[in-house]
Amino acid sequence: MNEQQQTLWQFIQQQSGKLQEQTLQHIGLTFISLCIAVLVGLPLGILIVRRKRLAGLVLGIAGVLQTIPSIALLGFMIPLLGIGPKPAIVALLLYALLPIIRNTYTGILGVDPAVKEAALAMGMSKWQILFKVELPLAMPVIFAGIRTATVINVGVATLASLIAAGGLGEFIFGGISLNNTNMILAGAIPSALLAVIFDLLLSMVQKISFKKLKRVIYVFPILLIVLCLFYIVPAKSEGKLVAGFTPEFMGRQDGDLGLRSKYGLKIHTIVISDAVMYKAAFEKHLDVISGYSTDGRLKAYDLVVLDDDKHIFPPYYAAPIVRDDVLKKFPDLEPTLNLLADKINDSVMTVLNYRTDYLHQSPERVAKDFLVANKLWRPEKGGSDGIVRIGSKIFGEQYILANMYSMLIKGYTDHEVSTKTGLGGTKICFDALTNNQIDFYPEYTGTGLLAILQASPKTVNEVTVNRDSTYNYVQRQFESKYQIKWLKPIGFNNAYALMMRQQQARQLRIKTISNLKQFLDRK
Amino acid sequence: MIKVDNVSKHFGGVKAVDGVSFEVESQENLILLGTSGCGKTTTLKMINRLIEPASGSIYIDDKNIMDQKPEILRRGIGYVLQNNGLFPHYTVAQNIAVVPNLLKWDKQKTEKRTAELMEKLHLDASYLSVYPNELSGGQQQRIGLARALVSDPPVLLMDEPFGALDNVTRSKIHAEFKALDELKRKTIIMVTHDVQEAFELGDRICLMDKGKIIQSGTPAQLLFDPVNDFVKDFLKEQRLLLEFKTITVRSLWHLLPSDEEIKEVGSGILVNNKDNLWAVLERATFLKPKRLNMVDLENKEAKTVSFESLMAAFYQYKNHQAHE
Ligand SMILES: Nc1ncnc2c1ncn2[C@@H]1O[C@H](COP(=O)(O)OP(=O)(O)OP(=O)(O)O)[C@@H](O)[C@H]1O
Ligand SMILES: [Mg+2]
Repeated sequence: MNEQQQTLWQFIQQQSGKLQEQTLQHIGLTFISLCIAVLVGLPLGILIVRRKRLAGLVLGIAGVLQTIPSIALLGFMIPLLGIGPKPAIVALLLYALLPIIRNTYTGILGVDPAVKEAALAMGMSKWQILFKVELPLAMPVIFAGIRTATVINVGVATLASLIAAGGLGEFIFGGISLNNTNMILAGAIPSALLAVIFDLLLSMVQKISFKKLKRVIYVFPILLIVLCLFYIVPAKSEGKLVAGFTPEFMGRQDGDLGLRSKYGLKIHTIVISDAVMYKAAFEKHLDVISGYSTDGRLKAYDLVVLDDDKHIFPPYYAAPIVRDDVLKKFPDLEPTLNLLADKINDSVMTVLNYRTDYLHQSPERVAKDFLVANKLWRPEKGGSDGIVRIGSKIFGEQYILANMYSMLIKGYTDHEVSTKTGLGGTKICFDALTNNQIDFYPEYTGTGLLAILQASPKTVNEVTVNRDSTYNYVQRQFESKYQIKWLKPIGFNNAYALMMRQQQARQLRIKTISNLKQFLDRK
Repeated sequence: MIKVDNVSKHFGGVKAVDGVSFEVESQENLILLGTSGCGKTTTLKMINRLIEPASGSIYIDDKNIMDQKPEILRRGIGYVLQNNGLFPHYTVAQNIAVVPNLLKWDKQKTEKRTAELMEKLHLDASYLSVYPNELSGGQQQRIGLARALVSDPPVLLMDEPFGALDNVTRSKIHAEFKALDELKRKTIIMVTHDVQEAFELGDRICLMDKGKIIQSGTPAQLLFDPVNDFVKDFLKEQRLLLEFKTITVRSLWHLLPSDEEIKEVGSGILVNNKDNLWAVLERATFLKPKRLNMVDLENKEAKTVSFESLMAAFYQYKNHQAHE
């Protein structure tokens, strides 16, 4: 624990520049959107007090906006506004709208009718009543709305990093992907602190009596504008290519760090979520992205993988891993599973993924079609000689593989099959295997090396020079450490890769990462 | 002068006000009296156009109120609400200054006028910087009155101005109200459901029921010449009290003996002929006098009578009224 705290402190010190920048971006994002939300929401709230028939409609729309999951809302923004601060601000603004409109509305309606009537009877005009009576008296309620909106915005602004708008989310999501607790905390603690501090400050404003309210009314907008200025909208460098990397990729040696050190690649980079990255590349908001080489979106969005000619991305060849005792118990299992060996290359796997992820065909159907086409499919024998338990991680490719193995075992052996698909990430799957809850699952050599064996950087450097050396190393280590056997690789390599739009890559004659570097240096 | 001519107002199917007509002479104090929901407030609010009548017309000083901009019209009419309607976010001084500010008075004029009113309404100047919620109900009501009076409008509309006060405070404010010179110059329409208050403060009373005026007239006319049983029943409970309050010594003067011999020895009290019987009785129960020394200051006459003769005159007067 002590050590953890120390390293968190060290991390923060080390990254203080970045942390400060992200915090200011975060505050800026929150308050620019809040400012606009107040400018839009307040008049709207006033309007629906005057035109009650619109109230249901306006509150309804604002309510629906609020229920859209934030990441989805950010996704909707991309085709309209691209990536970066603009869509993030608009999304935040939409979230902040409901509490502000609603509280303005209820605040004004809640003003004592006797007071309003007195104002009217004394000869005040509609506008005089609004500004001298209704708004001042509704102010505490309106402030409560602004307060809610602020806290929501501080939270949602962490997601802005997913569409390249910066903020503390860069640390949080980077940390989650890299399983780096210090990094997560370095983002999460400041953003939680921001929420608490702003909430506290606004609650103090809210409780201020009418006497002091006047002064605050003038100070508040000024403060708001100053806070907005924290966000220096990142300028997009013109002409050059723009890269979008996931937070995880940014922090990895076999990612952005390697690109810089081994290739000397200097490219204007923004941090973005995996969920929207491919689409952003397709829509030309990004030119180079980091992705997985067998992702179905590669095909969906017509992207090409750049050749990693200096081998910074370790190989991630997939192969079934099986406990030794299972192989002993079911001697016919190994040859059956090896039927798939070297049958699926990168482009085939990409197409299979494309069919499940984008054409929404069931993994079962995709698996069967593949087996039939490759003359591997056989009808079920319906045997009952023991049950083989198959596991899989929680994404499409693994579902397809699990289905293929299930069909092969049922067709070629007399065993029954039970599948436990969707076992979350690597750790869950591997633990299930070692704890005898499943018998085998498809794993990737790179994952075995880095996530399970947690090899030292030196070893990693040594063994990742090519496909076979990695495979041999993990095979040896797993055997001796866990009594688990790596069967023959299936053929494809689901590794990190840099990718570009096919058309642009062809036009610029970029085929390898070195080509890309040369192109960038030339300009 | 205010003239309300055949005015009606419906809310959906409810006839809140149904063909109401009355006139208020300038500097007169007219009371709209009636049970809850009979349309008093609605009638009152139509006069400053807080509610627009469905039919009929209203004139103030022979000008149709519909021909004026509502804001301008309202700035010339003082309005006092039942639960005062003070602005909670304004100090007392700011509350009183609302209409002067709308009329663009300069600051000094407003301050001078405010100070004057505060004194007349027996409010300490230190209250000026205080917020309404720091004042008692009675004080708030006085501020509400000050706010309505500040620009010295010729017309004053009051909707149950003393409704929220306890009896003791209310009778104290009634007394002040009657003594306030500001109010003597004004044409006042006051709404109340309190019969005593109506009789105490009103020059004339309009008794309303179900949106219609049943009878309008002086307190004595309502008391001794009711048009129907509704009016009679309405006043029944407090009849004796009202009679004592309505009848003055002056109206009994001709029925009092001028040469009564009082054998009992004891003190007497001096009675002004403007006093009503209730005032005489109140003092009598306290001082237990043996003789009442009545004086008529205008005609420079005096009569000394016993308590019994005064009561005899009272019953004689009532009988006479009833048979007229
Ligand atoms: N804004 C309105 N909408 C619908 N009905 C109304 C409205 N204002 C008054 N009414 C109805 O009109 C009738 C007269 O109401 P009004 O307020 O004039 O009564 P009131 O004599 O002042 O009663 P109270 O002594 O209780 O104040 C009532 O039946 C009331 O329900
Ligand atoms: Mg009323």
